[in-house]
Amino acid sequence: MSTNAIKVESASKRYGKGVVALDKVSFEVGQGELFGLIGPDGAGKTTLIRILATLLLADEGYAEVNGWEVRKDYRKIRRHIGYMPGRFSLYQDLSVEENLHFFATIFGTSIEENYDLIRDIYVQLEPFRKRKAGKLSGGMKQKLALSCALIHKPAVLLLDEPTTGVDAVSRQEFWEMLRKLKEKGIAILVSTPYMDEASLCERVALIQKGHILSIDEPKKIVSAFDKPLFAVRTNDMYRLIQDLRAFESTHSAFPFGENVHLALKNPIWPEAIQAYLAGKGHTDIEIHPAQATIEDAFMELMGQEEEVNQ
Amino acid sequence: MRTILFIVRKEFLQIFRHKVMLPLIFLMPIIQLVILAHAADFEVKNINLYIVDNDMSQASQQLIGKFRACRNFNIVGHSFSSRVAYDEIQRGNADLFLEIPPHFQRDLLRKNKGSLQLSINAINGVQAGLANAYANAIIQDFNSQIRMEWASLAARPALPGLSVTFSNWFNPEMNYKTFMVPGILVLLVTLIGMFLSGMNIVKEKEIGTIEQINVTPIRKYQFIIGKLLPFWIIALVELSIGLFVGWLIFDIPVVGSLWLVFGFAAIYLLVVLGLGLLVSTITETQQQAMFISWFFLIIFILMSGLFTPIESMPPWAQSITRFNPVAYFVEVMRMVLLKGSNLMDIRHHVIVMLTAALAVNVLAVMNYRKTN
Repeated sequence: MSTNAIKVESASKRYGKGVVALDKVSFEVGQGELFGLIGPDGAGKTTLIRILATLLLADEGYAEVNGWEVRKDYRKIRRHIGYMPGRFSLYQDLSVEENLHFFATIFGTSIEENYDLIRDIYVQLEPFRKRKAGKLSGGMKQKLALSCALIHKPAVLLLDEPTTGVDAVSRQEFWEMLRKLKEKGIAILVSTPYMDEASLCERVALIQKGHILSIDEPKKIVSAFDKPLFAVRTNDMYRLIQDLRAFESTHSAFPFGENVHLALKNPIWPEAIQAYLAGKGHTDIEIHPAQATIEDAFMELMGQEEEVNQ
Repeated sequence: MRTILFIVRKEFLQIFRHKVMLPLIFLMPIIQLVILAHAADFEVKNINLYIVDNDMSQASQQLIGKFRACRNFNIVGHSFSSRVAYDEIQRGNADLFLEIPPHFQRDLLRKNKGSLQLSINAINGVQAGLANAYANAIIQDFNSQIRMEWASLAARPALPGLSVTFSNWFNPEMNYKTFMVPGILVLLVTLIGMFLSGMNIVKEKEIGTIEQINVTPIRKYQFIIGKLLPFWIIALVELSIGLFVGWLIFDIPVVGSLWLVFGFAAIYLLVVLGLGLLVSTITETQQQAMFISWFFLIIFILMSGLFTPIESMPPWAQSITRFNPVAYFVEVMRMVLLKGSNLMDIRHHVIVMLTAALAVNVLAVMNYRKTN
């Protein structure tokens, strides 16, 4: 099949007056692709996913899911997508089993029919199948929600921040599940505010203020970052950022974990930075060359975007 | 069709699982019916009467004896001073006092007329009005009796006079419970219909489950029917329980056809459920829905003719009650249960209800959106 799993062409959405949630967004997700939508809160990720899930109408532009247009063929789309909203949306007063059974029946199928698709996920839930959904842990809730989204064997999965508020181990497990589902030929669009999850996707779109900054494989986005990069730390981290930004060779300086990531305009020796910082009164200065990550690339792209806007 | 069935099954599962909901739905109505029917009694008994008899004659004793014999009055004390009697009212020990002036009997005999004074505590207007009416009835009775006696003593022919007697049709003993219970049943059914149905859909909005439902192939009408059907069934079951309790405890007569009562209730519930649905489409939280529902419900109930007769309302208020579904059902319940009205008698009500059901539900379904 040559059609894309998802195709969006210059979709825009405004809320009320002035608030632009999406501004001429275009992208495509191929069949069986694991596509990440990466961006901070309020970037427009949820709006985009809700448009694709036929819950929201775009003001302008064109969008299709599995070859069906979202306005005209919404009924077909609803039958063939699995959607997981950002907020847990299953019946908390029904048990794990009852929730799954209910969603299976309203799609005209049964748990047994598509059991092989959810087996890997559901075996972990099996011991709790009589427990009410509201009494599950965060990670378990996500697994149940994913099972319910998968029970009718969808062609496309739309997941809105599935790992927000879930512990590190469950997050890892969750991504492992997504990888397995992708192997089964299901196209997956997943949004996340966590940059470190970008590398787990085949391709990602970096989104900010309703704009897509870049769409590419995570590696290529990172390699597009060509500035020399150092991880710097001293005794006074707050002043460090101010001082580094005032430094003549600095391109950008952002806090990154317990360091500051310093990108330079042109290659200079670390000793020159050290001397500059020592001159500003910093002690315990540590400077290491750093490997660029997707977050550095994102910060860079955001910076460029703002320059363009100004 | 199957989809509706799945939704109905899910709804019942949730309703019957709820710890508070189930007893609330089935036990509360019975309790309310038993309590409300006893409380909503307009008959005033045990009126505390204080006597100021300054005459101490045969006539005054005869009059007081009449009051004593009446079960509505309860004589709490005697005095010769109206000031003392007034203080008794002030303290709340007496509801009214009857003052018989000196020379009451003499005036009656010589001048052929006498005067009496009744002072009534009118803070509770209904009670005061009734106390006045009861007391006047007794005095009238005393008056005619005395005229009869003395007229015959004087060997004159009895004075001609009109006497009005009456009998209460359809409720021969003027039993307020017979009158109130069918109305209270309407309230209970209305509560279930309007609150539970509306609240239920808003709850799905509030906790976000509607998001998941909206992306399923469930059609709009399937979802709505699936949501309303359980409460339609529950409300009808409730009506049956209520009628049974009413019959068991209050001996409510069922003169007309029960089929007619249930048939009308079925249509009426469509209106009420539709209203609940309409409220739920325009609200986002259960709190908002609750507030709006209450607003309408209070108006509907107070203007339903259940507590005060519609005929005693000003004309503009009477025209408002034409849009009040509760008023129609209260009237139909009383007509069919007490009077034995048949379908032809209530055809006007049925037509109005059917029209309302159609209008409200079309509006609600149009207002309900799966996509924003």
